Amino acid sequence: MTDVSASILTTADGKPLKAALAASQARARRKAFMLVAPLFLFVVITFVIPIGQMLFQSVYNDTFSATAPALRQWFDENPPGTEPDEAAYAALVSDLRLMREERSAGAAGTRINYDISGTRSMFTGMARKADKLEPPYKEAVLAEDKKWDNPDVWRAMRSASSPFTIDFYLAALDMTRDETGSIVGVKEGQAVYKMLFGRTLFLSALITVMCMALAFPIAHMLATLPMAKSNLLMILVLLPFWTSLLVRTTSWMVLLQSQGVVNDFLVWAGIVGDDGRIQMMYNQIGTVVAMTHILLPFMVLPLYSVMRTIPPSYVRAARSLGATSWTAFRRIYLPQTLPGIGAGALLVFILAVGYYITPALVGGADGQLISNLIAFHMQKSLNWSLAAALAALLLGGILILYWLYDRLVGIDNMKLG
Amino acid sequence: MALPTYASPLEKAWYYTYHVICALIFLFLIAPILIVMPLSFNAEPYFTFSDKMLAFDPEGYSMRWYDSLLTFGMIAPDAVRDGSWWADAWHNAKWVQAAKNSVIIGFFSTLLATILGTLAALGLSRPEMPFRRAIMAVLISPMIVPIIITATGLFFFYSKTGLANSYPGIILAHATLGIPFVIITVTATLIGFDHSLSRAAASLGANPRTTFFKVIMPLILPGVVSGALFAFVTSFDEVVVVLFVADHSQQTIPRQMWNGIREQISPAILAVATILVIISIALLTTVELLRRRSERLRGVTPH
Repeated sequence: MTDVSASILTTADGKPLKAALAASQARARRKAFMLVAPLFLFVVITFVIPIGQMLFQSVYNDTFSATAPALRQWFDENPPGTEPDEAAYAALVSDLRLMREERSAGAAGTRINYDISGTRSMFTGMARKADKLEPPYKEAVLAEDKKWDNPDVWRAMRSASSPFTIDFYLAALDMTRDETGSIVGVKEGQAVYKMLFGRTLFLSALITVMCMALAFPIAHMLATLPMAKSNLLMILVLLPFWTSLLVRTTSWMVLLQSQGVVNDFLVWAGIVGDDGRIQMMYNQIGTVVAMTHILLPFMVLPLYSVMRTIPPSYVRAARSLGATSWTAFRRIYLPQTLPGIGAGALLVFILAVGYYITPALVGGADGQLISNLIAFHMQKSLNWSLAAALAALLLGGILILYWLYDRLVGIDNMKLG
Repeated sequence: MALPTYASPLEKAWYYTYHVICALIFLFLIAPILIVMPLSFNAEPYFTFSDKMLAFDPEGYSMRWYDSLLTFGMIAPDAVRDGSWWADAWHNAKWVQAAKNSVIIGFFSTLLATILGTLAALGLSRPEMPFRRAIMAVLISPMIVPIIITATGLFFFYSKTGLANSYPGIILAHATLGIPFVIITVTATLIGFDHSLSRAAASLGANPRTTFFKVIMPLILPGVVSGALFAFVTSFDEVVVVLFVADHSQQTIPRQMWNGIREQISPAILAVATILVIISIALLTTVELLRRRSERLRGVTPH
């Protein structure tokens, strides 16, 4: 038996080989990480942090609570459902005076207005008169504006008096709080968001299915043709892929409008009368047709790269064993294309769910998707917290699909062209 | 895919139907892109072929919409077309301004995305890279997350940091959106990369810098360039972020098109669209040539 310590392998300079190897591997890891670090930091700063901030905005809104310290204190001291007394109105007047000083009555009123429409003017109007009001405040306020008696307004102020709230998520899911503060669904006819989420999912699924149906034959053709010919035909797939989204959307507007090329052709061919031109734009047809065209390459490319690798001899073998061409296709060819179908369908669905530009331009009123509503709340109604809550819900769904895509397909297998 | 001689009549019928279906789908793909080209030469302010155009009457065609791209926004569009007219167009025409902005923003965001993206791809393709999958998922996510969410996030972020309504703000945002494309194309090139080449260079005495520029760079260059082109196209085509975080002094071509489509749509939009289609044909050709060069360099032959 030799000495154990002498049998440890060492490098030329006497270090144990195991340690030297570990050190060199750690060095290689560090080097690889240092190469990725700058970009990772960049993406965190310009992408992850902004989105995190947006998510924060969806649960945090201090436009009312920041200028209503007295009301906040009163709400803290009295349980929900308490009839607003003289102390409450005194707090209200003191806050309205503060709002007048800071010129924030409009912003604070807007925050309450999200819950009960038509209340913004109550705040701006009463803030203007706040300095002149004398105790007892309850009578003074109610004498000026009877609407302050409304318990809904007080409930809305109570929920807005805390900057952290899940109310925007409730609103984004068509829910609200009733008199006792428990969560209930909004009235029939006011529910818009669930319907829009439903429509977004339905139209995205429809577009995915249409892309599948259109991509399958041409991907198969491209995969079975000799390389020189299929490269030529591939240009027809890649050119739309490289063309500006706005250009493609514009082309569809040109084609689909009621005085456009498709309708002109149908009238010329005698299929429809001149007075019976089909309305194909500014509705769901426009959104579905244009988006199918735009997303089709994302389906063809993964399908093509899978079909290329399927040896044609399998189908031939099936035929020689007596299968009809339909059976050979269904039992032999189709199962082998499933990875491509899955990858393409997931990608198309993910991209379709978040689409904004095309529905905004050709969708009209009933072809709008959830993204368009987020843009509406960001730009028109200026209810940023609700926009952020809707965006957070959409993002949650997308991330689940993205995770699924990574598990099933692998992000590193994504190919472009 | 030729039809075998023993095919039954049903199979023959299906064979021809299949080809017709494929032809129709290809037509669906390409026709909308080609249709804008002739229509942009329409002499009338309509979006359909006039009778004169269908009869190939020269009077039905004109360059007026291309002309309007130059004159729109000029101080004296009707002056004599001498040097000062062109100077006026260069400084004041709205579409020219938009094109300049697009090129500036596209150039710098591409530069940023390509340099950072290529470095990261080199790191990601090393087998030693820790947390490879998770980091890759984060870096690709700008492509997956809906653009409206990115734009909303950037709107909040920029209004707090003072980057709103500035060139650096848009350039940073567009670089982020272009990065996934650079990473995907460069890592695809690196899959077939023979790492013993860099070891060979090192053993022959080259320092890491020389190895990178003389050995690695020439081999991955096709991937880098196509990634850069993808990043440039992404920036050149991006409208939502510009709508959210830029003001009128950073008007880009897509933003100007967006305004044109929403407000007063005229065939001038089709003239812009035609120019953009021609640009994308040029880019596609470049990328195809690069891909073939890359395949030749790496010794991968298509089968």
